[in-house]
Amino acid sequence: MSRVGKYHLALLGVAALILLLSLVRIISGQDDLTSSGTFNAALLLAVPIGLAGLGGLWAERAGVVNIGLEGMMVLGTWFAGWAGYQWGAVAALLAGLLGGALGGLIHAIATVTFGVDHIISGVAINLLGPGITRFLSEVLYGEGTSASAKGAGITTSPAISSGAPEVSLPVLSSGPDLLGKLENTHWFLLSDLAGILRGLTHDVNALIILAVLLLPVTYLVLWRTSFGLRLRSAGENPWAAESLGVNVYRIKYLAVVVSGAFAGLGGVFLVFVSNKYVEGQTQGRGFIGLAAMIFGNWRPGGLAAGSSLFGYASGLQLRSSGDANAVTTFFLFGSLLLVIYIALQIRKLVAPSQPAEVVTRGVKDYTVIAAAAVGALVLFWLWRTVETLPGEFVFITPHVLTLLVLLVASQRLRMPKADGVRFRRGDQH
Amino acid sequence: MSSDTLAAVQPAVELEGITKRFPGVVANHDIRITVEPGTVHAIVGENGAGKSTLMKILYGMQKPDEGTIRVNGREVTFRTPSDAIDVGIGMVHQHFMLADNFTVLENIVLGAEPTKAGVLDTGRARARIAELASSHGLRVDPDALVENLGVGDRQRVEILKVLYRGARILILDEPTAVLVPQEVEELFENLRELKAEGLTVIFISHKLDEVLNIADAITVIRRGTTVASVNPAEVTARRLAELMVGSELPTPETRESTVRESVTLSVSRLTMEADGFRPVPKGTSVGLYVDKLREEGKRLILDDVSFDIHAGQILGIAGVEGNGQSELIEAIMGMRPAHGTITLGGVDVSAWSTLKRREAGIGYIPEDRHRQGLLLEASLWENRVLGHQTRSPARRGIWVDRRASKADTERIVKEYDVRTPSVDTLALALSGGNQQKLIVGREMSGEPSFLIAAHPTRGVDVGAQAAIWDHLRNARAAGLAVLLISADLDELIGLSDTIRVILRGRLVAELDPSDVTPERLGGYMTGAIAGTEET
Amino acid sequence: MPAGLNRALLTVAGAIVAIVLAIAISSVAIIAAGASPIDAFAAFFDFGETARSVSNGIAAFLNRAVPLFIAGLAVAVGFRMNLFNIGVEGQYRIAAICAAYVGSTFTAPKPIQILVIIVVAAVVGGAYALIPAVMKVTRGVNEVISTIMLNYIAISLASYLVRGPFAGQRAAGQLTTTTPQLPESAMFPNLNFVFDWFGLLPPTRGGGVWGFLLVAVVLGLVVWVVLERTRFGFNVKASGLNGPAAFASGVNPKKMVIAAMVLSGAIAGLIGLPEILGDKGAFNSNFTAGLGFLGIAVALLGRNKPVGIAIAALLFAFLDRAQGALQIADVPSSVITIIQGVIVLLVVIANEVTNRIAMRLEEQRAARQLDTNRPVEVAA
Repeated sequence: MSRVGKYHLALLGVAALILLLSLVRIISGQDDLTSSGTFNAALLLAVPIGLAGLGGLWAERAGVVNIGLEGMMVLGTWFAGWAGYQWGAVAALLAGLLGGALGGLIHAIATVTFGVDHIISGVAINLLGPGITRFLSEVLYGEGTSASAKGAGITTSPAISSGAPEVSLPVLSSGPDLLGKLENTHWFLLSDLAGILRGLTHDVNALIILAVLLLPVTYLVLWRTSFGLRLRSAGENPWAAESLGVNVYRIKYLAVVVSGAFAGLGGVFLVFVSNKYVEGQTQGRGFIGLAAMIFGNWRPGGLAAGSSLFGYASGLQLRSSGDANAVTTFFLFGSLLLVIYIALQIRKLVAPSQPAEVVTRGVKDYTVIAAAAVGALVLFWLWRTVETLPGEFVFITPHVLTLLVLLVASQRLRMPKADGVRFRRGDQH
Repeated sequence: MSSDTLAAVQPAVELEGITKRFPGVVANHDIRITVEPGTVHAIVGENGAGKSTLMKILYGMQKPDEGTIRVNGREVTFRTPSDAIDVGIGMVHQHFMLADNFTVLENIVLGAEPTKAGVLDTGRARARIAELASSHGLRVDPDALVENLGVGDRQRVEILKVLYRGARILILDEPTAVLVPQEVEELFENLRELKAEGLTVIFISHKLDEVLNIADAITVIRRGTTVASVNPAEVTARRLAELMVGSELPTPETRESTVRESVTLSVSRLTMEADGFRPVPKGTSVGLYVDKLREEGKRLILDDVSFDIHAGQILGIAGVEGNGQSELIEAIMGMRPAHGTITLGGVDVSAWSTLKRREAGIGYIPEDRHRQGLLLEASLWENRVLGHQTRSPARRGIWVDRRASKADTERIVKEYDVRTPSVDTLALALSGGNQQKLIVGREMSGEPSFLIAAHPTRGVDVGAQAAIWDHLRNARAAGLAVLLISADLDELIGLSDTIRVILRGRLVAELDPSDVTPERLGGYMTGAIAGTEET
Repeated sequence: MPAGLNRALLTVAGAIVAIVLAIAISSVAIIAAGASPIDAFAAFFDFGETARSVSNGIAAFLNRAVPLFIAGLAVAVGFRMNLFNIGVEGQYRIAAICAAYVGSTFTAPKPIQILVIIVVAAVVGGAYALIPAVMKVTRGVNEVISTIMLNYIAISLASYLVRGPFAGQRAAGQLTTTTPQLPESAMFPNLNFVFDWFGLLPPTRGGGVWGFLLVAVVLGLVVWVVLERTRFGFNVKASGLNGPAAFASGVNPKKMVIAAMVLSGAIAGLIGLPEILGDKGAFNSNFTAGLGFLGIAVALLGRNKPVGIAIAALLFAFLDRAQGALQIADVPSSVITIIQGVIVLLVVIANEVTNRIAMRLEEQRAARQLDTNRPVEVAA
């Protein structure tokens, strides 16, 4: 029952969010807030983050902290670019998966077999990943190589010979494009919904569909199968699992290699988007993915929400790099959120039904409300006055969001109990 | 598996010449044990005698260097626990091996999951568990989260885990260590039932009266080797003790009272919320605030705990683990905020930091020495400094006085008989008993006026146990006030001047140790006997 | 004390095995790249033809080692208590630009001017590290994620500051944006005179051997003393080895997190100064990046001990110096990164293995001396 309640709550939350977005769009006149272009971009940006986060989820559910996702993603991009320019999209996909998995394998060897601290090993892989790819680029893409004739350089691969196929939802998002028409009317709520739906269904890369499908698949595998139970037991209490005959080492190896493969897949996706490998293409998405996973409380649904949020933030930034800056509407958005929060708090304060609560309410609650009010005013003022944000500030939106989210949510999160713990077979618990 | 037909004449388990070498600890040397099927076979020995190593070998968690294992007459070699599970051996571990965040069902089926096309078949698992539970009298709720279960329930889950795998031979490693007498009796009922169904139970313990109560055969282990196999009908506890340690077991008897007039530590109305500390709002008294908390139905880990400890008095706190003992200690040490007042020697220390309380004369022997008491990878003298960084002899301005610290560690090593090559040895190289003696010596060296001793002799050998008891008695005679928390009821009754029972965060009874039996104490601890609500 | 000596020897042996293995692995990579490993390794020792280029090579080597050493120290202070300050990268960049800007706004006698710049850098670095520390202490935010995020924020902020509020005059035809040039009184005297003592020609490139080397040496000594001999250092060690035990002993974990993080950040703040005060005289968009991440590697390699970090920094700098020489020898210069990465990975693995062996030996030694392994002879 509580489970159903939770999903209903989530749906209600999404509905409320769309309503709020629509409201903010009307007030600010920033059509990009809910345009199909923004959501299309958001989807493109959310997918690699989500894939990295999935990688993190697999590893951490098995008890291995993986901050090496970034390095594994880098490996994924390079191998995808290298295979892609020679043999096309499918080869790129496979090579990227393998490249990432290779990074995962190194991490597994260091952490599982040798018991190296997970953070340290992850840091080493983040150093090694770019090093290996740079070296390979210098060797294979340097001047005078056959690849350089096709347009490669020390920092880029040649363009991949075929991209992933793209599909659209018939009638609604292509052909008559009903959603597109509805979106262009800019009606309250309806156009917003149309824009969002069209953004999520128009010209969608096949890899996106694969990536989105991986979320429920991960949920089913980890929470509904016996393999998943064993994998999660390695993250909760590996000694118990070991004592019941579960091969914890093998499970952890598998989980970390899969983790690397997912990160690599995220890299493949980036290569498909820009049609070639470019050095530094990942831009820290591995880390953001990790943050999205933590934001999502180590669960696939939460992870999806986290990566959507970060994807949306960067999508908006991408769409609005022109004149008017849609990102500034975040100030308005935040201000409205705070107002709602204050309203809820005040309602609780004046509600007459809970006299007992009054005693336990301290000065603290009033200060929190006052601070929220001040914050709302400041944000509103910022929205009124700031015309455009420097590009650097726009770029860091997801990072700042991550910090804010962690500040608010950290204490409510529950990570797997033995996450990051060194496990050695036969050791006393 | 095949025990009913051919194997009926064969011993269920036969160990021959098992030898296991380990650095630093007594492992196993030429162990010989024969366990008949359908019996409860006890293996007794003191802490550190090598019982646990032996069981790990029998359960495939460690490989013996020499020797053979025969199960139902067939020679076997185990590489992992699953090999042992395959021949029908199951183990109930001393420290429960349960994933807290999993349900009972998940914990039970883990590693032997019924599946339908790869997907977990919870329906079948639930039916099987219900069947096992009812046929063996082991009540559990398969959908409860393990973290919400009490100790007795957890143990039943452990036993169900083993039965679920169809084990015919059960190893129970110190199963009674965390149980109160009533729960022990319940466990023994379960074991007798299992025995009646033809299962074999290997029961590891160092509590001799329990062993004599349940076992059909007894093997004694001492310093890693089997020294005797005896029939419980023909042996006394005294004789067993002699076999076990070469002498009589030490008893924690205190003689005449040394309780003085002056109150050293006074705790009043100590209360702690389960969901995190919130300061009492201005203008409200603690009492009113706590009443409101109760009205709101908030769970309290500590609920209005008050007591005084006089100089020269040992106050024992009895209680089933997890009823607020750890939190009480943490509150007194200032490691966790709580409501209420704590005064030390008449001074209100409630708002003081842990450091300041220690400096004012509180010593602390923690319940888990590896977690809270020692830096295992640091030298003994550095461990001596721990907790005394701001006091002589460790302190010299902003520096650590290495020479003085080492010299004082030498003193502790000598006075407390810590067996170590030198004070530069790493703490991890010492046996549990010697580590504990070092901690006791360290905590006494600050000349404390008040000492918290949580399970001071848990997991130490009898020599160290007797020594630690002596030190506690001597310090008490010299005027030290002691708060003793222990799961060993004999220790609690033997050492304490007064016993208070804690149940769900409340002190529910005050008992005189001179006229209380472990059974009656257990009754109070589980709430079976309603506590006298005290003022 | 033979036990300690044993442990040290084991560590060194482990490190040597790791380095030999790393050389073997990178040789394979070099061969795969179609070059000769012999040429490559010769290039590392090839400091050039002329006496002047040898001097310049030595200077470049030392100048690279100094910031790496400081970065390693900064990281190690946190690592010693299991506090993963991945944010050194961001801390030093933000500190460098602030120090460079503040230093350019006034002129004072040399010692004062330099001291002010150093203090500003340390304060800014420490303050920036305070953010994740406070987040961890008050809200329980894991410092690994927060410092990584703060790195991105710092890097963006620095690039905004250098082209915006802190921008100075851009020379005609220059593409790089830069902070205003520091006055002459801010420049740290170089150590080129040392070359005279050895009868070498003084180096000419990159401002010679940076005098900040001396500051780094002093800093290393201070960090060693603080960590190994003071009560604060003891608390850091105790918190790192066993947090709950340190807490029970009266160490306030929150204060320790803040102190260690701020100290780490303050040291990190100094990483950029050798380059600014020794050569560039400003923070510009070409400012050396990545020292914070390399600092993590250096600290791991040096086992979080100042002496080890010094050796590790020298090793990394030695490898980095060969960039040009490798290119001349027709070996892809990114092989340096591979060698460094592989060394780090292998050394942390070797550390783990030798540590385990050392602990085992310690237990055996104690057991042997106490004779507890001998089973009793009992005639029951």
